[in-house]
Amino acid sequence: MSDERTISLPVLGQIDRRTAVKGIGATLGLGAFGVAISPLARMREQLSAEELMQKHYKELTPEDKEAVFARLEREAKDQYGADVSIHDPQPIPGVRFGYAINLSVCNGNGKCVEACHKENNHDRDTNQSYIRVFEMPKGTTDFEHGNTTYTHDVPREGHYYLPVQCFQCENPPCVDVCPVEATWQEDDGIVVVDYNWCIGCRYCQAACPYHARRFNWKKPTIPAEEVNPDQGYLSNRVRPQGVVEKCHFCLHRTREGRMPACLEACPTGARIFGNMLDPDSEIRWVLKNKRVFVLKEELGARPTLFYFFD
Amino acid sequence: MPRVKPWIFLSLAVALGAGAAIGRVHLSNSVGTPVADAGRAESAAAGAVAPAGGAYGVFVSLPDGPPRVHTGEHDAMGRPVTVSCVSCHTSMEPNLARRTAADPPMQFHQGLTYAHGQLSCVSCHNPHDYNTLRLADGAAVPYPEVMTMCSQCHAPQARDWTYGAHGGMTGYWDLSRGARHRKSCIDCHDPHAPAFPSMTPTFKPVDRFLTPHRTGGAHE
Ligand code: HEC
Ligand code: HEC
Ligand code: HEC
Ligand code: HEC
Repeated sequence: MSDERTISLPVLGQIDRRTAVKGIGATLGLGAFGVAISPLARMREQLSAEELMQKHYKELTPEDKEAVFARLEREAKDQYGADVSIHDPQPIPGVRFGYAINLSVCNGNGKCVEACHKENNHDRDTNQSYIRVFEMPKGTTDFEHGNTTYTHDVPREGHYYLPVQCFQCENPPCVDVCPVEATWQEDDGIVVVDYNWCIGCRYCQAACPYHARRFNWKKPTIPAEEVNPDQGYLSNRVRPQGVVEKCHFCLHRTREGRMPACLEACPTGARIFGNMLDPDSEIRWVLKNKRVFVLKEELGARPTLFYFFD
Repeated sequence: MPRVKPWIFLSLAVALGAGAAIGRVHLSNSVGTPVADAGRAESAAAGAVAPAGGAYGVFVSLPDGPPRVHTGEHDAMGRPVTVSCVSCHTSMEPNLARRTAADPPMQFHQGLTYAHGQLSCVSCHNPHDYNTLRLADGAAVPYPEVMTMCSQCHAPQARDWTYGAHGGMTGYWDLSRGARHRKSCIDCHDPHAPAFPSMTPTFKPVDRFLTPHRTGGAHE
């Protein structure tokens, strides 16, 4: 695949009108709400009466939650043959997560992409993952010039590698556009989606300048023995068809003090994660001592995933 | 056989001569630690400036002691017979001038690939005791403290490593909830040919950005 190829990504707020128009078309079908929302009608026929009656996440009592999780565990058993345990770790008081990636060290090997795929119970048919790694010509940070299809040995002369996933923006444009409040930002900065509340209209997907959100066009397939049973309600439980999903900084791990799966899988040590409110944390040291930058800063979304070069 | 050694504490902060209280991580070799992969012991590290409530340690994978040379023989139990470096080198005049593996060709250490700048072998190996390493000022450094040796010439990476910004980690970001594991320099960099090896990407998602001319993929 030639790396001169430019991919037009559907970026709203992009300066170039052509890209924007093309983008809307690509993201919202014909751009009309009715069309955009039609997958909902088709896909969510499988909604159970119980699910339909479910209250908004924020209104669920602990008992409600228990019932919902038990139902989801049953469904996982029925549909995937897997014994899973769904829990719902809460933000840790005094913690605001930050993530940084050292682009001088990242070599584009893609182990993070694979680790995310497995950890987060992604669809096996599509090798879905919340992370994309762009092979970038040196001299630009605009990933519209990047290429994700490379299969040659890495790193390649004259190139660097840019892993992109949800940046958990402080000012998340995706949250504002959700018509039903199925996505929101939690106190530790993580932007979550309630897959049971999402109606699949995909407004959030269009609003994200970083293409971090994915839509489940089909029911994910995962062999029972590959299902990761350690599941969070707002994170890696198997998502139903017809809803939007995205990286959640592995909140089912990180809210228990563990590192995200992509970080642990990185053989180059390019990823740094921690609590930005802790002055002694590694992430704070990086923010203070490295010249960090974010993508498309001018859009004002204020990502909390940062990049730096040594 | 892992050998029992006394506790050796080493602080990278000291090694780097950094005045600031870097020392979140103190490396130490513990007595009788089970030997982890390929003869590397994981050393318990006590946090010098332990994070508030940080009950758990940082473990660094470090060599257990000096490397040994396989003789190619096996003992009655089928285990390879190894000899220590000094078994030959105490009776040999060290060659202080050697800076390549090829010139003159190594007679004994034949498999060695060497590409680490213009360093002579004895920039790192201690010619007075091949069971140890050495610093530029001649001071002997035991193998488990190999990072001190690397750090004297690679201060920026060593500092970044100390602060968690080079070399990665696994385990817990929150040390009050669990321990953390770190690799040492030589887990990722062969001391004789330290350039990080090139890799082949093995996992490629199938999505719209990867197959741009395809529409209606399973996922956006
Ligand atoms: C069986 C004998 C033998 C053993 C054991 C041995 N060496 Fe050597 N070593 C040699 C010989 C012979 C040379 C000279 C170069 C050559 O012919 O390979 C040499 C050369 C070297 C040199 C190059 C500098 C010099 O003095 O010539 C280094 C460094 C070195 N050895 C390190 C080691 C280390 C470290 C060990 C332990 C892991 C070790 N050797 C074990 C025989 C040995
Ligand atoms: C940058 C420092 C450095 C330099 C320069 C260096 N070595 Fe080493 N060498 C090491 C370290 C560290 C180890 C231990 C590696 C381990 O435990 O995995 C080692 C191990 C060895 C060993 C035993 C294990 C093996 O890889 O076979 C031999 C033999 C050896 N060195 C020979 C040499 C020779 C010969 C040269 C010069 C051509 C040389 N070394 C230059 C740091 C160095
Ligand atoms: C005596 C000084 C010295 C010591 C000790 C030393 N290095 Fe180096 N190292 C150098 C020099 C000089 C270069 C630059 C080589 C070049 O430019 O080709 C280098 C290069 C490197 C590189 C970059 C290689 C590349 O091709 O990109 C790495 C990685 C590295 N060293 C790791 C280590 C590790 C790990 C140790 C400890 C086992 C170590 N060094 C010990 C002097 C040293
Ligand atoms: C988890 C693996 C890992 C560990 C542990 C690690 N490094 Fe590295 N290091 C890398 C990678 C990956 C690169 C980037 C290689 C590249 O540029 O292709 C790198 C680059 C380097 C470079 C070259 C920088 C340059 O500009 O070319 C040096 C020197 C270096 N490391 C030294 C060290 C030292 C010293 C330690 C121990 C304190 C260490 N590394 C620990 C993975 C590691």
